[in-house]
Amino acid sequence: MELVKDLPAIFEEFSEQRKNAFLRMHELKQQGKPFVGGFCTYLPKELPLAMGACMVGLCSKDGETIPEAEQDLPRNLCPLIKSSYGYAKTDKCPFFYFSDLIVGETTCDGKKKMYEMLAEFKPVHVMELPNSQSPMGKKLFAEEIKKFKEKLESHFETTITEEQIKEAIHKTNEQRKALKAFYGLQKMDPAPMGGLDMHRVLDGVQFRFDMERATEEVKALTQKVIDEYDPEKYRGRKRILLTGSPIGCSTQKVVNAIESNGGVVVCYENCGGARSVDELIDETNPDVYDALAKRYINIPCSCMSPNPGRLELMDRLIDEYKIDGVIEVVLQACHTFNVESYKIKNYVTEKKGVPYMFMETDYSSTDAGQVNTRVGAFIEML
Amino acid sequence: MAKYSLGIDCGSTTVKGVLFDGEKVVDSRLVATSARPALRMHEVYEKLWNEDVGYVVTTGYGRELLPEANKKVTEITCHAKGAHFLGGSVGGVIDIGGQDSKAILLDKDGNVADFLMNDKCAAGTGRFIEMMCRILECTGEQLDTFSPKGPTVDITSMCTVFAESEIISLLAQDVARDDIALGVIRSICRRTATFASRLPMQGSVFFSGGLARYELFRSHLEAAIGRPVVTHAQSQLCGALGAAILGYRFVK
Ligand code: SF4
Ligand code: SF4
Repeated sequence: MELVKDLPAIFEEFSEQRKNAFLRMHELKQQGKPFVGGFCTYLPKELPLAMGACMVGLCSKDGETIPEAEQDLPRNLCPLIKSSYGYAKTDKCPFFYFSDLIVGETTCDGKKKMYEMLAEFKPVHVMELPNSQSPMGKKLFAEEIKKFKEKLESHFETTITEEQIKEAIHKTNEQRKALKAFYGLQKMDPAPMGGLDMHRVLDGVQFRFDMERATEEVKALTQKVIDEYDPEKYRGRKRILLTGSPIGCSTQKVVNAIESNGGVVVCYENCGGARSVDELIDETNPDVYDALAKRYINIPCSCMSPNPGRLELMDRLIDEYKIDGVIEVVLQACHTFNVESYKIKNYVTEKKGVPYMFMETDYSSTDAGQVNTRVGAFIEML
Repeated sequence: MAKYSLGIDCGSTTVKGVLFDGEKVVDSRLVATSARPALRMHEVYEKLWNEDVGYVVTTGYGRELLPEANKKVTEITCHAKGAHFLGGSVGGVIDIGGQDSKAILLDKDGNVADFLMNDKCAAGTGRFIEMMCRILECTGEQLDTFSPKGPTVDITSMCTVFAESEIISLLAQDVARDDIALGVIRSICRRTATFASRLPMQGSVFFSGGLARYELFRSHLEAAIGRPVVTHAQSQLCGALGAAILGYRFVK
């Protein structure tokens, strides 16, 4: 595939994905395509894909509906949960509106209780996600994946064969490989692109319903970035790894602060970035449920206890991306990431000898000035 | 040939300016920020600038507001530099500003090794003291004359608004003004010490910001932290001085 547009236009297009996806979704719905809405990267999207459904991410990433949500939910709850609920409640999110089935997992406490409330508005299926990656946990999750398959079959009156699942696994693996090659470009020093552009692609691709086409586009984009590499553009910038909660629209606030103060984000150890993309599914495993369970339960989210995978991933990323500093951004009232930050800080500073900074934020822009000062001071310190 | 650098620190309450010749503060200014930070910064700039100034660095939350500045640096880096200059071999800095407080860990060369900022709430900042002085009808300058009159008073509220009603109810119970003020100061110092204890500071700590000019604060902070707290007559200028020191490297 060849991309005719120039790079800024392509990045822009990816960031428009979310908006354009509304229309596309409407079209596909009219053609009779079923839609499954999900919130979290633990959802094995291969199953909906196997039955020919489209997956759409419902994790809300801005603060628009938080006031409505706060009529029912406590104020001191993570903004991601409040906003997700708010969009469902107010019917303002077309993705939610058009989803035929909503799937959640028992991840963090706030989210799983919120799913109970969502069931008032929509059919919701909650997968029981164990909070430990033990052999028992894996077994349970494999069972849950089978149950999810059965749920899809009964809800949509269809059957899903293992052959179809295998095909879906192949497709998602191909996309993971393409995405890894794309964000892996940032291993180059100086970095070839800005962190916001990288984020636009990682986020936008989740709203491309034609997965194979999206994969081809990512590959072509990767090639284009290589062809147009200008080492002067980000020369001398401090190389930052961003980690922590999924911060949605706050990414812009944080990344802008980093990149206007002499840094560049070269790696996201977040959902949407390395955390959810890094590991492939074993295509040689004859037991597809086992293969899916193994891969998904390995996602190193702070909901897992203990969560050694996150340190292993950080260890590798810090070396591969030649990281100068780690910035952890945690959403307000996100307890799991907040508590885990202690371990992350110690690991990063003591084992890896890399400076680390912690920041708490929400979806508003009221703290943009403070974020800018902190990030600025951190980069001056590097 | 240029001889001086100029550092301007625009904080939430005051704008500070320092003219620096590479060794000492040659001249300085301090004015209230009021609602017009850009204008006040410019005033300070006009007053201190002369032909021999080779480089201008701004810092503080208004650091973007002076078009004449050659460079903008965050207050963390500047406070560290200023404290290292004024305090010598201190292990860290605690700055209590008008609307935030910060703790900075220094390495042995006076560079920032780590830092924390408390900018989420006004408790434990200069604002809190302003509020207290208003209710107790005293001036900041009077604080150092306060001495215990009765049993110690504890202020437990973490939030400025609640602390305000706590103070009012203490007054209603006829508790001496001195004791209330001392209680407030102790609670601020304790809170600041707890916050700063997340950084592994060694040796003595430099205390900067507007409150550092009161001996009462210094001694309470020292008691709360449990290590020597030093300050300097010019500690209120710490950020502006740090900015000027950083700028001096570019003076040719
Ligand atoms: S951070 Fe954890 S709970 Fe949140 S989307 Fe990612 S995997 Fe799911
Ligand atoms: S950001 Fe934290 S609190 Fe919010 S949904 Fe994710 S894990 Fe839960």
